[in-house]
Amino acid sequence: MSLTRQDVEKVSLLARLQLPPAQLDAMTVHLARIVAYVEQLQELDTRDVPPLAHALDLENVLADDTLAPSLDREEALRNAPKRDVECYRVPAVLGGDF
Amino acid sequence: MSAAAFTTVIGLEVHVQLKTRTKLFCRCSTQFGAPPNTQTCEVCLGLPGSLPVMNRRAVELALRAAVALHCDIPTLTKWDRKNYYYPDLPKGYQISQYDLPLSRDGYLDLPDPQGAGTPRRVRILRAHLEEDAGKSMHDEVAGHADSRIDLNRAGTPLLEIVTQPDLRSPTEARFFLNELKLLLSYLDVSDCNMQEGSLRVDANVNLHLDTPRGRVATPIVEIKNMNSFRAVERALAYEAQRQGDEWRTTGRTLGEVPKQTRGWDDQAQVTRGQRHKEESSDYRYFPEPDLVPVTVRPEEVAAVRAALTALPATRRAQLVAHHGLDPYDADVLVNQGPALVDYFEQTVACGADARRASNWLQQDVLRTLNERGLTIQQLPVPAAGLAELLRSVAAGELETTRARQVFQRMVETGATVAAARQALGIVQVASEDLLELCRTLLAEHPHIVRDVRGGKTQALGALIGKARQRNPNVDPARVKAICSELIAAADTP
Ligand SMILES: [Zn+2]
Repeated sequence: MSLTRQDVEKVSLLARLQLPPAQLDAMTVHLARIVAYVEQLQELDTRDVPPLAHALDLENVLADDTLAPSLDREEALRNAPKRDVECYRVPAVLGGDF
Repeated sequence: MSAAAFTTVIGLEVHVQLKTRTKLFCRCSTQFGAPPNTQTCEVCLGLPGSLPVMNRRAVELALRAAVALHCDIPTLTKWDRKNYYYPDLPKGYQISQYDLPLSRDGYLDLPDPQGAGTPRRVRILRAHLEEDAGKSMHDEVAGHADSRIDLNRAGTPLLEIVTQPDLRSPTEARFFLNELKLLLSYLDVSDCNMQEGSLRVDANVNLHLDTPRGRVATPIVEIKNMNSFRAVERALAYEAQRQGDEWRTTGRTLGEVPKQTRGWDDQAQVTRGQRHKEESSDYRYFPEPDLVPVTVRPEEVAAVRAALTALPATRRAQLVAHHGLDPYDADVLVNQGPALVDYFEQTVACGADARRASNWLQQDVLRTLNERGLTIQQLPVPAAGLAELLRSVAAGELETTRARQVFQRMVETGATVAAARQALGIVQVASEDLLELCRTLLAEHPHIVRDVRGGKTQALGALIGKARQRNPNVDPARVKAICSELIAAADTP
């Protein structure tokens, strides 16, 4: 699989990264190298290896449905770039729910 | 496009909030209506270094719903990150389920609205457990427009239930939603309150048309922003019409244009185009590294199945088979929820006639509950009390109008039947007294006797009215019978 400049453009848009043209070129080379590195895994014969859902050999880590205190609102809002007394404020969201 | 030559094809995606005390991955409260941003923590705010831990109760409730929907429950289920940016999604991804959902391939049977025939089976593609996002509120003050973000809801457990495109009309879609909501409330897994957002519906719809060139399908449209089941029905009807019109104008079919998302404008009663939905691959799903999988053994599924209480379809069938109710009446009772059906069955167990009990519940009891904003559990009249009252009516000791007054009195004061009757001065009139009263009335009104003899039996009605004026406790039917007998007896030489 070879990575194209268009792929990187699309991925950077999805990641909300604005890359100037020069960086886009450089990133295409870097990313292609990373993908190629991971692609080495394809060389392994995994026919008899059951799929793995998680790297840890653990399952059913569950918590009881018991209330614990939440953060104080002041504390929760403290680092917001923009806020009012009750809420975070962000530039107008248009187009309704996602 | 002639009216008969197309089929409306509908699939639904329903999100229901599960009834847990705390969120899916942290122990913040899920209580609706709290002041904004008072129910958040490091985990549901997605602060660096925080780790989610799965809520056991949420898994149990999701399993219960999935089993009731006849889904297959795989032995292993895992969670994935669905990546997108939106201000109400603090982590920049939603923890959802992608390729190994908690359940798949189930169905829900819809009862035939006419109460006969075979039920309509709607297949369920999958039901999976995911977290909710926060809420954004548009705010326009002093010339600048902002959105305000409340993250109390972020991380609340949701069960997403996706149907196959098996629904064939907007009305059928509404029936499905009613039945699903009823099922979930019988299961006690969700409040299913659309006003509070604990049940939300998106719909996918297109048309299949028979044309001279063969069968074609219009592009699929996803409709959002519908805030009631009626709105779902209307939005789907509007959209089917719009797609038919568009197809006649453009001739464009499925695959020629990307899938479109449209929002329902309830005020204008139209759907409007929204921005392009990102393709599934754009969400860049990948396994959630912070959560380990959950395994469900077949014995656990069997235990969940065994513990299911009677569901709506079963209870309808029982009301018809065990109590002789019409399918229609059974449906009305079952639609009121399990507590009302329990109340009905207790009333019958205490000796009330089933049909009479069903009528009373549908009329006097439901009206009282509505007027007073009570649930059946809060009704001051216990099932045994209603049964006693209905037995008196059946025995002819109390006529219906008087019984209604007694019932109202019982509701208002919490009194027993006997106490309510006494308070209202309702005592049974002794037979001798009733006979004496009838004799007196006949003697006082010879013209009525003449009219009755002349064949105008309806003249007896006036006597009944006069009898009730003298003694409100008399039974009109008995007054009528006794007077008729007395007149007939006087006729015989
Ligand atoms: Zn939290």
